[in-house]
Amino acid sequence: MLEFALERYNYWIVIALMMIGLYIVFSRGNLVKTLIGLNLFQTSVFIFYITVGKVVGGTAPILVGGHSEGGHGDDHSGGHGDEHGASHGETHHEAALSAEDAVAAAQGDLVNELSSETAGGGSLTGHESLHTNPDGTAGNSLFTGSAGEDIPDLITRSGAAEVPHTEGHGAEVALDTLYSNPLPHVLILTAIVVGVATTAVGLSLAVRIREAYGTVEEDDLEAIDNKTVLAEATA
Amino acid sequence: MLIDDLPVLPVLLPLIAAPICLLLPNNRLPGIFASFVSGLAAILSAMLLAQVAGSGPADYDLGGWAAPLGIVYRVDMVGALVMTLVASMAAVTLPYAIKSIEQEITKSQTSAFFATFLICFSGLIGVVATGDAFNVFVFLEISSLSTYTLVAMGAKRDRRALTAAFTYLVLGTIGATFFVIGLGLLYQATGTLNMLDIHEQLVGQDNRVIRAAFAFIFTGFALKLAMFPLHQWLPNAYTFAPSSVTAFLASTATKVAIYSMLRFLFTVFGFQFGFMDVAFAFFLVLGMLGMFVGSLIAVFRDNVKMIFAYSSVAQIGYMLLALSFATPEGVAAALVYIVNHAVTKAALFMAIGAVVYSIGSPRISAFRGLAKRMPVTAGALIVGGLALVGVPMTAGFISKWLLIRAAFEATLPISSLFLVLFIVSTTLLAVAYVGRLVWEMTLQEPEGQVEVKPVPMSMMIPMLLVTFLTFYLGVNADGLVNLAEAAAQELLNTGLGTGGAF
Repeated sequence: MLEFALERYNYWIVIALMMIGLYIVFSRGNLVKTLIGLNLFQTSVFIFYITVGKVVGGTAPILVGGHSEGGHGDDHSGGHGDEHGASHGETHHEAALSAEDAVAAAQGDLVNELSSETAGGGSLTGHESLHTNPDGTAGNSLFTGSAGEDIPDLITRSGAAEVPHTEGHGAEVALDTLYSNPLPHVLILTAIVVGVATTAVGLSLAVRIREAYGTVEEDDLEAIDNKTVLAEATA
Repeated sequence: MLIDDLPVLPVLLPLIAAPICLLLPNNRLPGIFASFVSGLAAILSAMLLAQVAGSGPADYDLGGWAAPLGIVYRVDMVGALVMTLVASMAAVTLPYAIKSIEQEITKSQTSAFFATFLICFSGLIGVVATGDAFNVFVFLEISSLSTYTLVAMGAKRDRRALTAAFTYLVLGTIGATFFVIGLGLLYQATGTLNMLDIHEQLVGQDNRVIRAAFAFIFTGFALKLAMFPLHQWLPNAYTFAPSSVTAFLASTATKVAIYSMLRFLFTVFGFQFGFMDVAFAFFLVLGMLGMFVGSLIAVFRDNVKMIFAYSSVAQIGYMLLALSFATPEGVAAALVYIVNHAVTKAALFMAIGAVVYSIGSPRISAFRGLAKRMPVTAGALIVGGLALVGVPMTAGFISKWLLIRAAFEATLPISSLFLVLFIVSTTLLAVAYVGRLVWEMTLQEPEGQVEVKPVPMSMMIPMLLVTFLTFYLGVNADGLVNLAEAAAQELLNTGLGTGGAF
């Protein structure tokens, strides 16, 4: 039971963030703090989507080897690369990968397990025929096979992928490499953009409220509005 | 060529026109341009409705990527009906807005106002057109974000518009985020985002993940459509927004949210899903509570805009009640209710907007003796009010009659007779708040000597047009009722799994 709960720790993070965010939205009287709470709430959803899209041991959904060497390497390892010594150049990809593997090791086979639980109800397999995409739009159940594999094994796999990388047989490698599900990433990018837009509109409203009322404290605003209502009623 | 692109054109047209609108100078030009665009979109949606009614649902693969991998637009009867409604409402409120916003917003915001209005319009149409579940979220947020801005623009007249917009933003965003959480769970369970594909994957599945998805999605929608008790954002937003915005929002925004709810209930989840009965019971109870509480609060408000904003909360209750029957008659009644209520509320809020324009206040004291000061506007208000109550010969009668008929035919957890009595008694509350307004307008003497500005033609004509429509839909309802019945049948066929996905 405890193990079951601990294994899904990223879901607990999502839930905790979500509740903290909602609590801030409802409990704080300062409009800016409300917006921060709202942001936290939305962030929990981003983490949730990333959890859904993560395939254990999978790399970023980029065609490994499909690109030419040199300058382009940097683009791909992007966010992960920095702590792992940016000067390594060619080994970038591997560094990023092993970082992900470390996460994956801790994560266990969360994603897959949840999907198999889902499948318990009936026919989940139906979509495999629909989504013939090798990258696996469905992600979860397609990769159940990899769930049990050891981490060193995964590293050798990605190491093997590194060999044709220099030779540049893009297509063969693509089938060989395990990818994370790209769709949730795309979705969450969209959701992040929406979130940024919402925050921008919210903050500009807060600025306008400050200009009009001279305060951004909800209690004060309510008191001022109530006074207006009373004045209207007696007028 | 044009015919093939019909499902996507009403979305694209305002979306492309919006930035152009922003570049226009702050005079009458942006308004005229936006009205022209919305008129064009309305004609295109009407053509689409005719096409869909004749030859079945229209599909459009965006970028040439076929379903289920690509994003598809799929417009069936229900979609075409709601799309035509939204587009025609935009086509009447935009010309109305040209003059009506002159006093309500800062002049330097004119072109921004119309650009935002067009984006909102485009988002609402997009929600209706798309067949992709995540796309619903994107379009919902496009329309919501612009709605917050539009509501806030009412700050020139009353600064409370700003706090109303802020509350709306916070609650609307929570609703949208709930919807996204639900979608994420649904995606986790099915691996797809295409609505029909999700439906196929869900057949036979019933577990906690999907139930949680269902709960999240419908809580999200409930916030967006102001289902009682999640309606807190609505009254203030409607009251303090510029009149034309209120008329447009009241007739479209919540209706589109109800459409999405119907879509997810019947097309995505469908009747095989075991949780549906619980949901229908919820809608039944909350719909009834909304009908009662909304109408009751409306009776005691002094701001006429606020009265009809609370009345909207009540009317949403009637629509939820109709769809909770889960019968073809119930859904058809809900659809007719959506259309008739949209037209009625547009007429009412336009008439209130005319009073605000001429006398300068939406408070009930400004309506005292209105029949003497502004006979035409008072007449429009009376017709709208009667339609809201459901007096025969008006649109409201048809929708209430269909609702009561559906209530008698449906098998419900509570007695149909009790339900019908409840509907009639909440209607009496509507008589109370409408009657109070009519009494003030006709039997009271005007207070003080205020200069009454004549209502310009560009406001008068749209107002009279929708008022006439309120009347017309009550006298000649066959066309709409037949359309709604066909649409409901089609929707439920998919829900029963007999529609066929591709």
